[in-house]
Amino acid sequence: MMKLKKDSQKGTLLNFVGIAVLFAALLVFQQSSFASPYMRGILIQCCYVIIMVTSLNIPNGFMGQFSLGHVGFMAVGAYTSALVTKALVQVGVPYTGLPGYAMFLVAVLVGALMAGLFGLMVSVPALRLRGDYLAIITLGFGEIIRVIIQNIPIAGGKGLAEGQAGQPLIGIKNFSNMYVIVGLTIACVALMYAFVRSKYGRAIKAIRDDEIASEAAGINTTYYKVLAFTVSAFFAGVAGAIFAHRGLGTLQTSDFTFVKSTEYVLMVVLGGMGSLTGSIISAVVLSILPEVLRAFAQYRMLIYAFLLVLMMLFRPIGLCGTWEFSLLDTLRGIRGHKPKKPQAPAGVKREEVSEDV
Amino acid sequence: MSEQKIVLQAEHLGIHFGGLKAVDDFNLELCEGELVGLIGPNGAGKTTVFNMLTGVYEPTEGKEYLLGSCLNGKKVYQIVAAGIARTFQNIRLFREMTVLENVMAAFTKDIKYGMGRTLARSGGFWQEEESAYTRAMELLSLFGLQDKKAELATNLPYGQQRKLEIARALATDMKVLLLDEPAAGMNPTETAELLDCINLIRQKFHVSILLIEHDMSLVMKICERIIVLDYGCTIASGTPAEIAGNKRVIAAYLGEEDEEEGSVC
Repeated sequence: MMKLKKDSQKGTLLNFVGIAVLFAALLVFQQSSFASPYMRGILIQCCYVIIMVTSLNIPNGFMGQFSLGHVGFMAVGAYTSALVTKALVQVGVPYTGLPGYAMFLVAVLVGALMAGLFGLMVSVPALRLRGDYLAIITLGFGEIIRVIIQNIPIAGGKGLAEGQAGQPLIGIKNFSNMYVIVGLTIACVALMYAFVRSKYGRAIKAIRDDEIASEAAGINTTYYKVLAFTVSAFFAGVAGAIFAHRGLGTLQTSDFTFVKSTEYVLMVVLGGMGSLTGSIISAVVLSILPEVLRAFAQYRMLIYAFLLVLMMLFRPIGLCGTWEFSLLDTLRGIRGHKPKKPQAPAGVKREEVSEDV
Repeated sequence: MSEQKIVLQAEHLGIHFGGLKAVDDFNLELCEGELVGLIGPNGAGKTTVFNMLTGVYEPTEGKEYLLGSCLNGKKVYQIVAAGIARTFQNIRLFREMTVLENVMAAFTKDIKYGMGRTLARSGGFWQEEESAYTRAMELLSLFGLQDKKAELATNLPYGQQRKLEIARALATDMKVLLLDEPAAGMNPTETAELLDCINLIRQKFHVSILLIEHDMSLVMKICERIIVLDYGCTIASGTPAEIAGNKRVIAAYLGEEDEEEGSVC
C-alpha cells in the first residue's frame, strides 16, 4: 500500500539531487569565462521561454483547447510586475541585496495573479467556443490586451504618475539574478507538473479526448476548462515578470505581438502536445538555435516553418508525444527495471470528435 | 414488481425540435435492481430518450425524477452526480489516456483534495489518490482489464473498449445505468461476455439498468420489462413474452400485414 506516495517521495528526493547538480553546474558556469552578459541573457531567455511554453502546453496540449493569445497574459504579467517594482522603488524600498529579491518575488506574484485574473476573464466567454473559433477569439483577446496596454498612460514612458501612453516603459530595475530565476523556473515547472498529475490533469485530458464523455463521467467541463486556462495564464504572468526584469530596463508592446504567440505555440507543437518535458526541450533548443544561427537570422521563420512541416510529416505527435522525463524511471531503467510507460504509437492523429450524441 | 422502490421516473417526457416531435409522452418507472429494455426501429427516438434522461437535451414537456427529486434543468454532470450514468452508442472513451486513467477520470467529482493540496502534495493528497487507484483497480479487475491498466484506451480491442466504458460509468457511483446499444458491432462471443458482464453488474451493484439494444435475443434473455418506441411514441410495454406477441410491435418492425390506418400513434 501507499506505493504511489513512496514512489513519488523517492522521485522528489532524486529530483532535489538533480536540482542541486543543476545549481552546481550553474555555479561553475558563473565562475567560468563563458559567463558573459550575453550568455547570461540567453540563459534567462531560456528560463522565461520554458515557463511560457510549459504553461501554454496546459490549454493547448493537455486540454486540446487551442489558445493563440497567450502572449497577452505574458504582457499583463510583465507590465504589472514592472509597475509594482517601480512603485516599490518610488516609495523607498531598497532594491539591492535580499530586500531587492523579496521585492522582485512580490512583483512576480502580483504580476502572475493579475495575469491569472485576465485569464479568468478571457476564458469565461472564450471557452464557450472550441477549435478554430477559440483560436481566433484568443488571438483577438491577446491583441486587445496589447492595444489596451499601449493606450494607458501609466504603462508607458517613465510609468506610474509620470507615464505617457504609447511610449515604451523605461527605467525598469534589473533583477536578473540567475539563481533566483532558475529557481523560479524550476518551481513553476514543478507546480505545473503537480497540477497535471492530479485529478485536475486527468479531468483536462479527458476534456481533450472527448468533451461529451467527460461530462457523462461527471466532470464539470466548464469549471475545469476555465481553471486550466487561468492556471496557464498565471504562469504566463510569471514568465512575463521575469521578461520585464531581465535587465534591459524597457518594455514595449511590440514584444507581445501575435507573432510571439505563434512562436510559443510552435514550440508546444514541436515538443509534443501534452509533454512538459518536450516543451522544456523545445523551449531551450528554439531559444538557443536563433543565437547559434545569427548569420541566417532572416531565414529563421523559414527554418521554423520547414521544421514544423517535417515534424508533422514524420512525427505528428511532436518530439516527446506525451512522454515525461523521470529521473527515477531513468535510473531504474539503467539498473535493469523495465519502466511501464504507455507510449503513444507514432503517427497517431487525434480525430475530430463528432458532436452527435 | 409494484411493491419495489421506484428509482427513476419519467412522466410524460417529450421533446420537439421545431415542428418535429422526436419523442412524445414517454413514461417510465424503473424500480430498484430492475432491467428494462428500450427497443424500437431505427430513428424511433431511443437515444433521444437517453439524452433527455441524462440532461444532454432539455425535455420540452414532462418531468424526470430520480428517487423523488426532480432532475429537470440540471446539467449533465449534475445528473451524473445525482446518480445516472450512461454509455454511448458509438464508444466514447478518453482514447489517448490509459485504461486506468479512464476510470480514474470518473472519480474526479469524488476526489476531495483542492488546488493547494495538489500543488503541495500533502494533507491527504496521496490517501485520496491511493483510494481512487484501489477502487479503479477493483472495477478493472471485475472486467478482467487489470492487466491492461497502462495501455492506451484506443489500443484495446472493441469488446474491451465496451467493458471499459461500462467500468467508467460504474465508477461514477451511479444508481441507474443507461446502456446505449452495448452489443452493437459485437460478435456472438463478445455478446455472450457482455451478457455475463451485465449480470455481474446487477449482482454486485444492485443498479437499475435501462438498455437500448437491437440484438433481440439478448433483450429477450435479460430484460424484465420492455418498452417499444416507434416514431417517438410508446407503442407497447410489458414482459418480453407479451412484447414478442404484440401485433403493433411486429408491425413496427416488419411492416403491417393489412393497411390499417391510424396505428402509428
